[in-house]
Amino acid sequence: MTEIYSGRTAGKKPDLSVNIGKLRMKNPVTTASGTFGFGPEYAPYLDLNRLGAIVVKGTTLQPRPGNPTPRLVETPAGILNSIGLQNPGVDCLIGEYLPYLAQYDLPVIVNISGDTVEDYAELAGKLERAAGVAALEVNISCPNVKKGGMQFGSDPYMAAEVTRAVRGNTDKPVIVKLSPNVTSIVGVAVEVAAAGADALSMINTLLGMAIDIRRRRPLLGNIMGGLSGPAVRPVAVRAVWQVYREVDLPIIGMGGIVTAEDALEFILAGATAVAVGTANFINPRAALEVLEGIEQYLTEHQIGEIGELVGAAHRT
Amino acid sequence: MSLLTDAKVVKQIKLAPHYYRLILAAPATTRAAGPGQFLHVRCGETLEPLLRRPLSIHAVNRERGELAHLYRVAGRGTALLAKKKRGDTINILGPLGRGYTMPSAPERFAVVAGGIGIAPLYFLLQETGARGQSALVFWGASTKEQFFSPAEPFWNADGTGGKYPSIVQEICAQGHQIILATDDGSAGFHGTVTDLFERYLNNPSGREEILSRYREAVTTSGLIKTDGEAGAVCSCSPGAMLNFNQNPESETFARVYGCGPGVMLKELCRIIGTHKIPGEISLEERMGCGVGACLSCACKTRDEEKDGFRYSRVCLEGPVFPAGEVLWD
Ligand SMILES: Cc1cc2nc3c(=O)[nH]c(=O)nc-3n(C[C@H](O)[C@H](O)[C@H](O)COP(=O)(O)OP(=O)(O)OC[C@H]3O[C@@H](n4cnc5c(N)ncnc54)[C@H](O)[C@@H]3O)c2cc1C
Ligand SMILES: Cc1cc2nc3c(=O)[nH]c(=O)nc-3n(C[C@H](O)[C@H](O)[C@H](O)COP(=O)(O)O)c2cc1C
Ligand code: FES
Repeated sequence: MTEIYSGRTAGKKPDLSVNIGKLRMKNPVTTASGTFGFGPEYAPYLDLNRLGAIVVKGTTLQPRPGNPTPRLVETPAGILNSIGLQNPGVDCLIGEYLPYLAQYDLPVIVNISGDTVEDYAELAGKLERAAGVAALEVNISCPNVKKGGMQFGSDPYMAAEVTRAVRGNTDKPVIVKLSPNVTSIVGVAVEVAAAGADALSMINTLLGMAIDIRRRRPLLGNIMGGLSGPAVRPVAVRAVWQVYREVDLPIIGMGGIVTAEDALEFILAGATAVAVGTANFINPRAALEVLEGIEQYLTEHQIGEIGELVGAAHRT
Repeated sequence: MSLLTDAKVVKQIKLAPHYYRLILAAPATTRAAGPGQFLHVRCGETLEPLLRRPLSIHAVNRERGELAHLYRVAGRGTALLAKKKRGDTINILGPLGRGYTMPSAPERFAVVAGGIGIAPLYFLLQETGARGQSALVFWGASTKEQFFSPAEPFWNADGTGGKYPSIVQEICAQGHQIILATDDGSAGFHGTVTDLFERYLNNPSGREEILSRYREAVTTSGLIKTDGEAGAVCSCSPGAMLNFNQNPESETFARVYGCGPGVMLKELCRIIGTHKIPGEISLEERMGCGVGACLSCACKTRDEEKDGFRYSRVCLEGPVFPAGEVLWD
């Protein structure tokens, strides 16, 4: 095998660590919000210490009961969900789950959602004072709530306003999560970057729906839902590719990642880190297997640092 | 303790068109399993269908490190499962969820099952039978064939194999009494199982008659055979079954366990609510993760503090819930 980059010797462990703004992760693999609970759910199946970071379920100021059922429909190589941000509220997160996660050597990224710009600001303030929060992921792209959610994400100026509000209340890295349900994801990314975001994550789910032809009515209780899983991967890779060219911020790429090969596509398109989502449901060890596969790829191709691969597809 | 493992298929037994019993070798999972819990099963190897499928644990044989599922082919996932053969591997996640609370020692309890809902209750009957506890089982189906006549031997409560002409007789062999209901009247009571159960509860003086009438129906249906006929040692000659309960009139159930279609469970909850009998029922909802992470499998449960209800996760807080906690739309 030929050496791609000079100065590397075979057999040395590749350096997998990455930086998302000020947040340093020991490797680029994290979990997508809403697909990994708060951590304890998956702890029996994999050593959480090995993950680069964990992104916990979307959190709001007040507890939310969530949407009517059914909330999940399987579609070709994907799922539609309309969970509706069911969560126990930020105080419960701070009181129960952050202390639980403190036992691990694992940066915790808290995914936040609000109905108003003020909600986001208040959440950022509360979490700024809480122990054990490594970064905030600002969800301006949830297709499953009536107010806020995707509305913020589809209007570049609203997206920027939310970003500024969060930025103003925290010194922690601010990662803004973008929606694919827009005409120009680059347009939103540019505004969010100008408003002070440290990083971007993409993509959230694609708005979709499915109909029961027997009963002649929508399958989801909430009618529409968000599509995720392998079906959305090409859309997600494209989004990362486009944004990487125009915006100089680290990107956490996600959308349909099941294997290390999938994750490498995102990295080559420009993602610094990746998140495993729906694949956790199929294989609770998916995130670790993705990590192991990336490491193996680097070793096999004698690449010393993961950073060398980020956006490499743009350079060839 | 829940595990992620590859289980080996020991046997796949076809019970009736679309109905199977699948026996898997999975020693650690089997040791950890309790009645009412389920496994999240990867039915195929590809991403189509994408998700795992939840299946109740139907029975265990701890000595052999084996467990069984009883399932109906409902769609793509279970159709793939039905193709699995001896020696194939199936990736399983579990045991998952909160199962049935075991009845305390001398308690007399009732089991009400609708169709394939017998699957998890069978495990409860196996465990209680092994401890010498007995239940009165009410099992309903659309037609007699759905009480299944397995073509191959199955484990007894004590772990030894036995071949019985029906699942009904397997249950009797575990030391329980059983009466049947069918929608078409082809075996036992002509009507729904909840209707039969309610009649039994409502009319203490008529119980003796209900029991003898429908037990006789069980024995004449061919679902039960005596020692010689069955070709196996069976502790449940029809005579023994008739002697089972001397005094049904004064009988009270300390608890009722149910599993079956939603409409049946709703009705069961109403009945046991009226009679103030504590009960536990097993619910079904579509599942994503199966471990409490995705909140897909929500069902409405009572919560006095909040707006009168909250969404509980069937995979984690359930699938077994106290009957009084479930809110029906
Ligand atoms: C905790 C639990 C335990 C279960 N135990 C058993 C069991 O022991 N034996 C058994 O035969 N079945 C059991 N089921 C139901 C079983 O999971 C479904 O029949 C199965 O997932 C269908 O998958 P499929 O791919 O074959 O069908 P699909 O193609 O996915 O669907 C076929 C039909 O079933 C419906 N469906 C799909 N999933 C579910 C679900 N989870 N609940 C209700 N309806 C659904 C679909 O809407 C569709 O109409 C259980 C379900 C749960 C939640
Ligand atoms: C069940 C479910 C719940 C989700 N909840 C959230 C959430 O609370 N906040 C959020 O930002 N994204 C949420 N997402 C989106 C995922 O984090 C991710 O962006 C998306 O699913 C694409 O990745 P995947 O295809 O790997 O799942 C959810 C996705 C699923 C499937
Ligand atoms: S199936 Fe994911 S929470 Fe129950």
